[in-house]
Amino acid sequence: MLKRLQLEPSRLLLNFAVILIIALWTFPTAGLLISSLRDKNDIAASGWWTALSSADRKQVGRMKGSADQVEKDGKFVIAGNLFDGVDAAAGKVSAFGTKVQTPGANPVGATVTLGAGQTLTVSVDGSYVLTSPTKFADERGARIFFVSSQPPRFTLDNYQTVLFSEGIGRSFINSLTVTIPATIIPILIAAFAAYALAWMKLPFRGLLIAIIVGLLVVPLQMSLIPLLKLYNAAGYFMGVPSKTYLGIWLAHTGFGLPFAIYLLRSYIAGLPKDLIESAQIDGANDFKIFRRIVLPLCFPALASFAIFQFLWVWNDLLVAIVFLGSGPDQLVLTGKLNALLGSRGGNWEILTASAFVTIIVPLTVFFSLQRYFVRGLLAGSVKGG
Amino acid sequence: MANIKLINLNKSYGTVHILKDVNLDIKSGEFIVFVGPSGCGKSTLLRAISGLDQVSSGTIEIDNAVVNEVPPSKRGIAMVFQSYALYPHMSVFENIGFALENQGLNRAEIKTKVEAVGEMLQLTSYLTRLPKALSGGQRQRVAIGRAIVRGAKVFLFDEPLSNLDAALRVQMRMEIAKLKRDLPNTTMVYVTHDQVEAMTMADRIVVLQAGRVMQVGTPMELYENPNSVFVAGFIGSPKMNFITGGPAEKLQAKTIGVRPEHFEFSIAKTDIAGTLDYAEILGSDSFLYVTTPTGMLTVRQPGRTEYKTGQKLNLKPIAQHVHRFGENEMRLQN
Repeated sequence: MLKRLQLEPSRLLLNFAVILIIALWTFPTAGLLISSLRDKNDIAASGWWTALSSADRKQVGRMKGSADQVEKDGKFVIAGNLFDGVDAAAGKVSAFGTKVQTPGANPVGATVTLGAGQTLTVSVDGSYVLTSPTKFADERGARIFFVSSQPPRFTLDNYQTVLFSEGIGRSFINSLTVTIPATIIPILIAAFAAYALAWMKLPFRGLLIAIIVGLLVVPLQMSLIPLLKLYNAAGYFMGVPSKTYLGIWLAHTGFGLPFAIYLLRSYIAGLPKDLIESAQIDGANDFKIFRRIVLPLCFPALASFAIFQFLWVWNDLLVAIVFLGSGPDQLVLTGKLNALLGSRGGNWEILTASAFVTIIVPLTVFFSLQRYFVRGLLAGSVKGG
Repeated sequence: MANIKLINLNKSYGTVHILKDVNLDIKSGEFIVFVGPSGCGKSTLLRAISGLDQVSSGTIEIDNAVVNEVPPSKRGIAMVFQSYALYPHMSVFENIGFALENQGLNRAEIKTKVEAVGEMLQLTSYLTRLPKALSGGQRQRVAIGRAIVRGAKVFLFDEPLSNLDAALRVQMRMEIAKLKRDLPNTTMVYVTHDQVEAMTMADRIVVLQAGRVMQVGTPMELYENPNSVFVAGFIGSPKMNFITGGPAEKLQAKTIGVRPEHFEFSIAKTDIAGTLDYAEILGSDSFLYVTTPTGMLTVRQPGRTEYKTGQKLNLKPIAQHVHRFGENEMRLQN
């Protein structure tokens, strides 16, 4: 096996390309997922690839003031813990210092002599002991700078935030409301059309197929505005508001149909002719042949089109902006993400979690139906897929 | 009970004329085999009878009623396809019952009929399986079962055995012959390019060439009295020998045909002289390939042969078995 690999440069190239594509895909996705699960302070402090190692953080704490001093063996002592009153969980102190420029000046455990005979000792767990031969006077304690290493922390807080207080949850529902009907309606129409164009004797059948193939290359942007005007005019005539879910379902159906019919027709036309004829002799009419023979057999093609259409509608922003409003009850995920980018541009924890919520559905769809996805890609070229 | 009558049938695809003035009378309950080289129109003729293809002109009558405009399902026919055409997503039971379901029978009736057919074809233990879990012969039986269950008056077979291996083909040939005995009133039309199938199964054989019916007759009629060079050459294995020139002119014919088994060996120099090129010894027969001035001749000898390669032989056709053909390659009457 290995020998064969070495002998075939084209195979090596192929393997290399596959690995490259996998890497290009996996790294950003993994980064997004890991970032969205990290604490927001960690995100700001270090990259996602350090998430599993302990992070060194420079922190500042304030020691207790004169009120807490106790006299002991003729010395005045203030004892406490650096992590008291500091946000985030306790870590391990590795070094400390008294100047902001040198937080790592002294190793932990060392006893440092400060001015006026004062000594300071800090141990790993953050507890410190400050002693002085004279009585402490300052009511406010001195600041102390230290380097602490934090164990990796993962949290679902970011998701909780975006889903319930940033409106991503609502937009998720909106996206599903758009996507599911916009996937099912074109399949229903296209399957019938594809059967008719593949197996029924119709006048101008070849011309119809040519027109549908021609429609495949019509750019969306070109037809968007005429379509909207048409829809608005029709909506006005029938007394329907212009921005409705029905409108976007119809728009996505229209844009998806040429590809759906083309894909399904080539698959259905590739079914063995004998099967259809056998069913005809068995006394089945066209509707029955479609329902009992063709539909079950072209399930792989249906599934692969469903994946294409689902992903395309889910990721669509343009059609959603044009055909749906921007209120919370109509804003889809892509639109919401775009809005968040403006309003919460610095909050990486919000953006990464929102982005991951957005891609989780396409990922699920892809992984659960991937074998049909590959077959669907081949459906046009290889007869019978 | 159904007879089939084809009158002046023509079929063209664009400018290609496939069937040319086909006239044929198939009696009720007959087993008819269409045979001919590939491209001769035999499958087209079968599809015309089934109604899957429309004819360009002429009439088709089944049971004395013109059926040109009748859809396939209403013609009282059943068809067994070369590829079996089993519905791959349905179990054997559903495959056989599909036609009944389309007729609107209820579940209990379908179950009774399908099980009866399953028993007849020894498929009872396979009824719940999908076609892909069956062997080639079993699939063939399911396809036949689909035809039987409908109680069709006419069965059409389109090269049903050509996808099977040689041993299975012999077995299925016998099963179909048995089926014919079990259903004596069913008319069966069978298309094949294999003349052995035609000879062994047919009541009558229809030999087609380039869209024309060349001859219709019982297997023995065709074997003993072929009416043309084409039929003579097509029926019989190994092929009939055709001799032109001197020996033919002596009999006032353009061509004479002699079957391999109809030669005698003689010493007279007046006969056809040749050299034994090669001998195939099969045990029951030996086939001698003899090079002569008029071409290579095949001679059949029963049992073993005593002749050696390179040996000179004089061949003499047996007079009463010589077929004489004229300029137009048709048989000359005596």
